[in-house]
Amino acid sequence: MSPRNVVVLGYGMAGARLAEEIRHRDPLAERVALTVVGAEPHHAYNRVLLSSVVGGTLRPEAAALHDRDWAARHHVDLRLGVAATAIDRAVRQVTLSDGGTVGYDALVLATGSTPWLPPVEGLVTDSGPAEGVVAFRTLDDCARILDAARVGAPVAVLGGGLLGLEAARGLAGRGNLVTVVHPMGHVMERQLDASAGRALARTLAGMGIDFRLGTAAARYVPGDGLKLADGGHVQADLVVVSAGVRPETALAEDAGLAVDRGVLVDDALRTTDGRIHAIGDCARHPGTVSGLVQPAWEQAGILADLLTGADTAARYRGTPVVTRLKARGVDLTALGDTQTDVADESAEVLAFDDPARGRYAKLVLRDDRVTGAILLGVPDAAATIAQLFDHGVPAPGDRLALLLGRALPSGAPAAASPADLPASAVVCRCNSVTKGALVDAWRGGACSAAELATATRASTGCGSCSGAVRGIADWLASTA
Amino acid sequence: MTPVTLAAAATHPTDPAAGQVDTHCPYCALQCGMTLRTGARTAIAPREFPTNAGGLCQKGWTAAALLDSPARLTTPLVRVAGELRPASWDDALDLVAGRLRDLQAAHGPDAVAIFGGGGLTNEKAYLLGKFARVALGTSQIDYNGRFCMSAAAAAGGRAFGADRGLPFPLTDLAGADAVLLAGANPAETMPPFVQHLRGAAAKGGLVVVDPRRTPTAEQASLHLAPVPGTDLALALGILHAAVADGHLRQSYLDERTTGFAAVWRIAAAYWPERVERITGVAAADQRRAADLLARARNAYVLTARGTEQHATGTDTVSAWINLALALGLPGTPGSGFGCLTGQGNGQGGREHGQKADQLPGYRRIDDPAAREHVARVWGVPAASLPGPGRSAYELLDALGTEGGPRALLVFGSNVTVSAPRSAHVTERLSGLDLLVTADLVLSETSATADVVLPVTQWAEEDGTMTNLEGRVLLRRKAVDPPEGVRTDLEVLSALAGRLGQPEDRFPADPETVFTELRAASAGGIADYSGVSYGRLRAGEALYWPVPGDDHPGTPRMFLDAFAHPDGRARFVPVTHTGPAEVPDAEFPLRAVTGRVLQHYQSGAQTRAIGELAAVVPEAFVELHPDTAARAGLAEGDLARVASRRGVMRARVRCVGSLRPDVLFLPFHFPDRQRANLLTNPALDPVSRMPEFKVCAVRVTKEDGAA
Repeated sequence: MSPRNVVVLGYGMAGARLAEEIRHRDPLAERVALTVVGAEPHHAYNRVLLSSVVGGTLRPEAAALHDRDWAARHHVDLRLGVAATAIDRAVRQVTLSDGGTVGYDALVLATGSTPWLPPVEGLVTDSGPAEGVVAFRTLDDCARILDAARVGAPVAVLGGGLLGLEAARGLAGRGNLVTVVHPMGHVMERQLDASAGRALARTLAGMGIDFRLGTAAARYVPGDGLKLADGGHVQADLVVVSAGVRPETALAEDAGLAVDRGVLVDDALRTTDGRIHAIGDCARHPGTVSGLVQPAWEQAGILADLLTGADTAARYRGTPVVTRLKARGVDLTALGDTQTDVADESAEVLAFDDPARGRYAKLVLRDDRVTGAILLGVPDAAATIAQLFDHGVPAPGDRLALLLGRALPSGAPAAASPADLPASAVVCRCNSVTKGALVDAWRGGACSAAELATATRASTGCGSCSGAVRGIADWLASTA
Repeated sequence: MTPVTLAAAATHPTDPAAGQVDTHCPYCALQCGMTLRTGARTAIAPREFPTNAGGLCQKGWTAAALLDSPARLTTPLVRVAGELRPASWDDALDLVAGRLRDLQAAHGPDAVAIFGGGGLTNEKAYLLGKFARVALGTSQIDYNGRFCMSAAAAAGGRAFGADRGLPFPLTDLAGADAVLLAGANPAETMPPFVQHLRGAAAKGGLVVVDPRRTPTAEQASLHLAPVPGTDLALALGILHAAVADGHLRQSYLDERTTGFAAVWRIAAAYWPERVERITGVAAADQRRAADLLARARNAYVLTARGTEQHATGTDTVSAWINLALALGLPGTPGSGFGCLTGQGNGQGGREHGQKADQLPGYRRIDDPAAREHVARVWGVPAASLPGPGRSAYELLDALGTEGGPRALLVFGSNVTVSAPRSAHVTERLSGLDLLVTADLVLSETSATADVVLPVTQWAEEDGTMTNLEGRVLLRRKAVDPPEGVRTDLEVLSALAGRLGQPEDRFPADPETVFTELRAASAGGIADYSGVSYGRLRAGEALYWPVPGDDHPGTPRMFLDAFAHPDGRARFVPVTHTGPAEVPDAEFPLRAVTGRVLQHYQSGAQTRAIGELAAVVPEAFVELHPDTAARAGLAEGDLARVASRRGVMRARVRCVGSLRPDVLFLPFHFPDRQRANLLTNPALDPVSRMPEFKVCAVRVTKEDGAA
């Protein structure tokens, strides 16, 4: 049987991952002949690492997902720097920007999303973003940002969402004077409540980032900066735009597929045409939100199962969303339902608010399960709570310990003196010697630490309890 | 800090006539120095030795109790009419040899299999391998070290070109600012070891990776508690953090390694926040671990069974090695990578040919040059040597089946308790035509055998052991064995004679066997040719390889070059796939198996020692108080723990520091208390290590029903 032709449009994180997953299941191309079409001139790279590239801790080449020979080694027909311009569903053929065509048995849309540039006067020219304006989306964008953002130069970031704040933190870490302009009352309003947004902004302010909240940019003047709707002014040599993205759905719409803020897909990741699938940012599945890599990668695994026949019953049921801000020195997790207020009696809601120290913790539970949380500055609690959320297992009864993690003093207080230890307390673990056994030995005539050791073997293993044995000897001597 | 009582015991010379002999502990690979005082009553005193620095744990202190224990076997036993009855040595050996001959005549050489142990001396391990390949001509030999060190050994071999658990003396750890222990709990498994970690702990650099808050984790500066079965992802996350934070040792990579680019391409996709979601270890803690290791002047990464006993064990160890290589640790003075060998001779036991795919000197049995060399030493044609046989679990799984072995000889192992999916293994044993064991006490495996041969133990015989550092030790005979007991070497020698082998081909004298082992290992990876009883008696500290009589040994390997032909260490690209069995609605919890301080391995020895059994008399299950409460269990209740493979009983211990989705079970107990009734025999594709360390289970209250 000849392999079926699978064509993937898009060589970003979703498309590249799908190609890997297919070749993992079909390494010799016996079942699937694979063509991947990528509009960018680069081999696939890891977009998640771009904030580290902007922050200067990773070199751009460290973000590469594939090397130059990857496609050849894995029997993939890779077309770089080529965009698909049309899909002809009737003859199952894609037209490419280089004039060529490629036929398919199955087509996968992994076209991702494109940055949205807000309607600010002067921000966009006929040929794209104005001089000094860069979106924060691609490796080339990073190169432009690094080029323009000389150390000490003022930079404005348009948009206080997740990516905007990551870019802002990276640039501040490089020594730029960064101002974030955000039209909403607090940052990351999709993921955070107002208190958490406040605490986060305060933490970032401590790292040298200015915020202009509740106002929009009105006009951009190259070489000067931004005029704001509230009359304010932000000086900026560079404007980084991170005001949201739009799913790239033009091809799908032109081909007559159902689109509603994303190409609609079912649990088999099929569009309204059964031969065409969509994954990643361009797709819309009711079980998740777009813009994150985790759902895209899970979808890639499921779709590879289906396209290679490795598991024809595989279905995508959605991905619980856990948002992590990747910003040096800030630990923020938000998951599930974060907007429920502590006053809401339909749920169990706990909150801890400590903006002065950059800490905020909120936990929402229903039926003993974690359904939402915001955790700022409590990293180990965040790790535990995210696991409870992901696995849907009952939360521990000690809610306070869960909410605060290591921030809570641990366990029982250390015994103040040997007198307070119960007789059954094991003093020497290596030799199973209890305090009671030491007391008995003392009464039997072993009246020093050395004699206690000879009599009971306490402290003769790893020696960690030598101090404790001496302490007990001193205590016994003082009570004699 | 040294323990307070030991000065008096430290300097006595060995002098059997005066009633005291310097020897080593019979249990773990630390091989603590001890002095055995004989006389009216045999007693043990600790002795200064570099690995234990004068310390002994409760197992060591009480080891002499088994020498004259009423539990000792002193006469061969032969099953007659369903019952084990005393027999003479001649009758028992004649019976065994006759049955082996008949079975091989009817079904071919591979109808007889051998199962060895990592507690056997080098001489026994060597002679057992030779006995299998020469006297029996069978390929079917493997040993319990497959369940112990095989994953670490495979990963060490492919990264460095040679596997020596610690390629440096243990005492080097004292100078480290940071030590990362992955899946190791030495505070319970080899307590005197902890002394060597004190430097790193005092400097705030002791990092312990363990799902449980063990006594070792309690001492850590940073405790990382991953979900069981996700260690590989954690290692990738720490590697990612090290690179992203600028800690890569580029000059070391350029000069001493190959293959980093492919490893980074995988690790790049495991940024700490993503790894946090897989492992439950906070991204901030991953970064802190990377930082502690990278900023240390001297640092070590050490692995043990917790991270190795998985169906992805070899790849997981490779992931830790990759981290160590990225930071430039292996082969650098004062820093390094190592694995903590478990059994007493776990190191030597994996070098001299009781492994299915090996010949003495850590040679491969499928290497023509190795076969030629060893066959020449043995005085047989190379073509007569069988090829590689089945790995331990596969061997047990094949017993009594079509095409599988019909007879099994077991030396130094208690597979009924220690093998995974043990109900199935017990069933396979019962399908044999002949089961023979050589044992000290009537272990659970021996209790089901057709013939049981009573053999000597540590203090009753001479032999060499290779400790966790690759240092060869001479463990001397201190007392005469009870009447009626023979050494394993004597058993092999007597059986070989009955199978028609020339008398001098299977000597029973340990030093004679060792002399032959030296020749067989010469030129191999583990080259013992320069080690002699004479040099060991003179007190020389000899670490292999010792390729000549005048060679000083190799305390520190890899300082100039790694053991691959190009002298470079190899990064091995590995990725996280997770455990073979994940929790579901039916089996919602993860069970982790492990050890307690008072017991050793299957417990056959330590359960017979009253003082140890009194402390931990039965199996227990540790679980979070919430998990216990949901199952209707309270502290001290009897719980029933079930997996897809079986059901076991254990006493409930509530532990607040445990993850609510994890149970812990010690595996030292017999019968219905066997943790291995539950474990998953999914095998690591490289090392054939079973997945002992994680399986899906449920826990309920024991209702008394079977």
